[in-house]
Amino acid sequence: MPRVVVHVMPKPEILDPQGKAVAAALPRLGFEGIGSVRQGKRFELEVDGEVTDEVLASLREAASTLLSNPVIEDVVAIDVEDSGSLERALDAGAEEQA
Amino acid sequence: MRIGVVTFPGTLDDRDALRAIRLAGGQPVALWHAEGDLLDVEAVVLPGGFSYGDYLRAGAISRFAPVMERVVDAANGGMPVLGICNGFQILCETHLLPGAMIKNAHRAFICRDQPLRIENNRTAWTTDYEAGQVIRIPLKNQDGQYVADERTLAELEAERRVVFRYAEGATHGPEGFEVNPNGSRNDIAGITNAYGNVVGLMPHPEHAVEAGFGPDEPGQGTRTGTDGLGIFTSVLRSLVA
Repeated sequence: MPRVVVHVMPKPEILDPQGKAVAAALPRLGFEGIGSVRQGKRFELEVDGEVTDEVLASLREAASTLLSNPVIEDVVAIDVEDSGSLERALDAGAEEQA
Repeated sequence: MRIGVVTFPGTLDDRDALRAIRLAGGQPVALWHAEGDLLDVEAVVLPGGFSYGDYLRAGAISRFAPVMERVVDAANGGMPVLGICNGFQILCETHLLPGAMIKNAHRAFICRDQPLRIENNRTAWTTDYEAGQVIRIPLKNQDGQYVADERTLAELEAERRVVFRYAEGATHGPEGFEVNPNGSRNDIAGITNAYGNVVGLMPHPEHAVEAGFGPDEPGQGTRTGTDGLGIFTSVLRSLVA
């Protein structure tokens, strides 16, 4: 069964208190040299049948309406994993560079 | 005057909200999240708590409860709707109000009696207060930091849609958070929509409606504070008007 993975991160301009808490805990455990941490979410969606362009379009919409709140979060990437192969269907970073 | 209070799985403050409506002189009506019927109420309160365990994001799942479809329709038709704490988060996720709530900037849960300045006393829920009046009601949350983009904040300020702003005089709090308890943009504690019928705020007026059970009122004694009652008497008055 193909799997679509949606990655959501807090927007860069939004303070991420959870990431800050993790960053503060790392040196306490002896992990030095990490300047900052931002914590996001990863959703794994098992899809019935083939991941067509239509399916992907509706999952993109789901990602931007339910899985993330566009006021505070960005959908940074959507990956399609089908029988071992991995294909990136959306790469926010690459789009910005392009 | 029938005023509904919605209970979601994980709601905590529905009983206090129902009681506040009764003490203000209204008829409280309990509404259930799974029912698509508002039982002829004339206003709705979305109370505080942790609906659906705050899973995904605070308020994100409640937004799709059957009762919320009716509430959104009614709100767009002018019905007074008040969201307190988690209810405010639900109103933001529903897009009845702009912005969103994230974790407190100091990363801790905070509970204290919080002074608030009434910045707009012309909403359906604030007419019984004076503009500029400072009230004192309990605040208790973990995801209370109000954020919105600069354009939205400028719009809220220009249209005088900030209803409550955090003010000085809280008894305690983490260093740097003596006035603003959570890092909210522009010290915003509560806002309204363009029509003044939908209001959301983080602190809890329903916990400050009866002497003996309210916040401490400096100089007047412990638990004597009843500053929250005006929210509920205001809506009763605006429904008559």
